[in-house]
Amino acid sequence: MPAPDAFLDVRDLRIHFPTDDGLVKSVDGLNFKLQRGKTLGIVGESGSGKSVTSLGILGLHNKRNARVSGEILLDGTDIVSADPEAVRKMRGRRMAMIFQDPLSAMHPYYTVGHQIVEAYRVHNNVSKAVAKKHAIDLLGRVGIPQPDRRVDDYPHQFSGGMRQRAMIAMALSCDPELLIADEPTTALDVTVQAQILDLMRDLQQEFNSALIIITHDLGVVAELADDVLVMYGGKCIEYGSAVTIFEEPEHPYTWGLLGSMPRLDRGVTNRLMPIKGTPPSLINVPSGCAFHPRCAYEPQTGGRGTTEVPELVESGRGHLVRCHLPVAERKRIWQEQVRPKLEAGS
Amino acid sequence: MTESIAREGVATQTPSKEALLSVQGLQKHFPITKGLFKRQVAAVKAVDGIDFDVYKGETLGLVGESGCGKSTTGRLITRLSEPTGGRITFDGSDISHLGTGAMRPYRRDMQMIFQDPFSSLNPRHTVGAIVGAPFHIQGVKTEHGVKRAVQDLLKLVGLNPEHYNRYPHEFSGGQRQRIGIARTLALKPKLIVADEPVSALDVSIQAQVVNLLEDLQEELGLTYVVIAHDLSVVRHISDRVAVMYLGKIVEVADRESLYSNPRHPYTVALMSAVPVPNPRRRESNQRERVLLTGDVPSPIDPPSGCRFRTRCWKAQEICATTEPPLVVREGDSPDHATACHFPVADNEEVAGRSKAA
Repeated sequence: MPAPDAFLDVRDLRIHFPTDDGLVKSVDGLNFKLQRGKTLGIVGESGSGKSVTSLGILGLHNKRNARVSGEILLDGTDIVSADPEAVRKMRGRRMAMIFQDPLSAMHPYYTVGHQIVEAYRVHNNVSKAVAKKHAIDLLGRVGIPQPDRRVDDYPHQFSGGMRQRAMIAMALSCDPELLIADEPTTALDVTVQAQILDLMRDLQQEFNSALIIITHDLGVVAELADDVLVMYGGKCIEYGSAVTIFEEPEHPYTWGLLGSMPRLDRGVTNRLMPIKGTPPSLINVPSGCAFHPRCAYEPQTGGRGTTEVPELVESGRGHLVRCHLPVAERKRIWQEQVRPKLEAGS
Repeated sequence: MTESIAREGVATQTPSKEALLSVQGLQKHFPITKGLFKRQVAAVKAVDGIDFDVYKGETLGLVGESGCGKSTTGRLITRLSEPTGGRITFDGSDISHLGTGAMRPYRRDMQMIFQDPFSSLNPRHTVGAIVGAPFHIQGVKTEHGVKRAVQDLLKLVGLNPEHYNRYPHEFSGGQRQRIGIARTLALKPKLIVADEPVSALDVSIQAQVVNLLEDLQEELGLTYVVIAHDLSVVRHISDRVAVMYLGKIVEVADRESLYSNPRHPYTVALMSAVPVPNPRRRESNQRERVLLTGDVPSPIDPPSGCRFRTRCWKAQEICATTEPPLVVREGDSPDHATACHFPVADNEEVAGRSKAA
């Protein structure tokens, strides 16, 4: 039964891919809820399962290649068990996606306007002329100058930032209630990134849609997200409000991400504090806690780190952490050891 | 509000510092041709007259948005590309127009680290062959044989020397970037030009590679030119930073004064655009952010005068007619040069918003 307050409710989502080398557990037991008008940031490195999750929510995995289990309830309708045709009707209309690279997400052979018109007419029984007028409106709304002329341009005639704006216009064409942005600004310059983030924030307020933003850039998450979900090895390892994740993170991996990142708002530190090792292969996920081979605090778990998968346990209000270290110990390490190092130089 | 120019002429080095690389009036124009006879109709002015020095042992950061000419600059100073005009002096000799053969002895002393660790390593060669190639090409004799030298290099960059016979596809992105760095270091170069060395890597791996580059600099006394678009990485790694816009350097200064007191409106805008990882400051960041409108103009036909004027909130008539020289402005330290008629002062209101801290 879906909770009445959650617009999107993901329960025990598992997406596994059988391959010749073994089973790739890209997403392995993911739970989260998202309300209308709220933004969830999903953070993780490549191979952590964040993009696979977003494709799963849109029902874009081919049942022949992927084993999807669990529930994805969008306003009470389960996407995992639904008929593919029913999901197809929801896609674009109720949920839409903004892809990372607009040059490869748009068809080079058709004009930008044609592609928006096509998306709009699939779900709305309107004439081409009406749809085109709608497309021009949308292009104007996302800040493309002279939309009535640019609507007939091809994607290659747009700059990178404008293409991303056109992608957003396309995603918004049917007023979706759920918008997923997968690395929406990674391919863009910082000045354009700032424009796009501003635009997404404004549009979300206007449409009151639920927004999932998937990124590896903690700065982007801090700008947009209300809640943050940190993924590692296909699992959620920490979940909390943005303020909690940035000010009282409790998972050693989150500490590592924060320590790896040089920041302009603080003084220059002499050394970055990287996480040792490399992200795990999803075929041979390390035993026990997937992070244990890279974790500096693994010895303090008394061997449980290598043998036992930690549970995602609530450590504060709405703050979930998947770690064997006792809560008090984690809070102490953060306060006494990690935080002072991160703030050194400020 | 006009500001008198404190010192005439281009900011050059203080005499105590010795320039390893010196660039004057460097230009690179890519011709645009048309028709059967390849008549040149225009040129993309990728780099259009830049001057800078790189001192021994320092790291110079080169930042700017895509298309500003920073990568072309990197290819010009390593002479992978032929300059259209200007002079490049490396270690006292003019290398601006040397041919392939004449350039070869200098290649030992200047090396490049590439952005993409997937396309910069030959997938059909083993790590041993890749890292050992510089020894063979340059005919350098190694004391205990090439294999031993390569294994020492692998150890130096934090890879397992036993992986000598593996192929690039067996390594992760961060490890591949280390292989590229090992190859770069093989001939003990003096200057390393790193073009976006960490932007293709995961966050946790970026920090490892940045730390490695810093350790190697200390250990081997290297000089770096680091080209990157990430302002926070550049600030972390550089001693001095040059900001480029449309083929020109608009501001150059030591790290501290550039980041604490940016003078060029473009630098101000660029810095304020960087998202700050602090959700509590979200509101104030948005208020203080200088949003540039529009896109970078075409380098085929750049704006007259100051190239930034089309997007600048301070632009006046003089900006369209006279190109501002890159000089030290009043009140700035002697190595902080800005190419702007109306540099941004501290505490100034910027485009209706107060300037980002």
